[in-house]
Amino acid sequence: MKFSEIKNHLALFRVGIAGAGGLGSNCAVALARCGVGTLVLSDFDIIEPANLNRQYYFTNQIGMLKTVALKDNIARINPDIIVIAHTEKLNRSNIPEIFEGCDVVVEAFDKDEMKEMLIETVQTKMPGTPVVVGSGLAGWGKSDIISYRKIDETLYVCGDESTVAGDEFPPMAPRVGIVANMQANTVVEILMKKTKDYFQT
Amino acid sequence: MKILLNNRLEEFNKEPLSINEMLELKKFSFKMRIIKLNGVLIPKEKYDSTFIHEGDNVNMLYLMSGG
Repeated sequence: MKFSEIKNHLALFRVGIAGAGGLGSNCAVALARCGVGTLVLSDFDIIEPANLNRQYYFTNQIGMLKTVALKDNIARINPDIIVIAHTEKLNRSNIPEIFEGCDVVVEAFDKDEMKEMLIETVQTKMPGTPVVVGSGLAGWGKSDIISYRKIDETLYVCGDESTVAGDEFPPMAPRVGIVANMQANTVVEILMKKTKDYFQT
Repeated sequence: MKILLNNRLEEFNKEPLSINEMLELKKFSFKMRIIKLNGVLIPKEKYDSTFIHEGDNVNMLYLMSGG
């Protein structure tokens, strides 16, 4: 299959990305480069200098909302992508509205309890919508323990499922990038198996 | 009873077993997790009232901070 054909297929789909930090910003950029038609971004944070060790932002974007900056960055990479940016904090009641119509939702939060909340909400309130989780990416090295696991048709996990990030064990560009791109790779794999009516809106 | 736990065969001397009992028997102490029983996500507050039976398929996923 030629890349032009792959791109035309991926253009039909909409992917939600919950969080625009290390996982979300890198995953969104990878999906935009592949041509995924619509990306629904959600994050309430602004860019801080410490984010630049792993997140897809630039020094002149410090202080900007992550969603606004990411939308700009995606437009510079692939202007064909439609980016819908939400800046309210995600919770159990707004997740189904914000990600309504998404073919896949990427879990790209930092904190474990937010990850849990998002997975529980999508799995129970958006039945049939696959969630691609990132879990375990702190530190450096140990590329061999980072993996991908399909639990069932609606739940996938990327990461080492064992390292917890903290001040003394920070998330850094290489391992975060590996996991973010594994999530994007999983999304592409899911979407390439899906068919979509071309006339559907 | 025999069950599938993360696609591996596990045997327990008791049936049924609540999710919390299973976690204790297996000494799974890490708290941030997602559990699916036969494809259905079980919320934390139902770990005592949800029971695992012979032949059930249990999947568990640990959630690690960092992103």
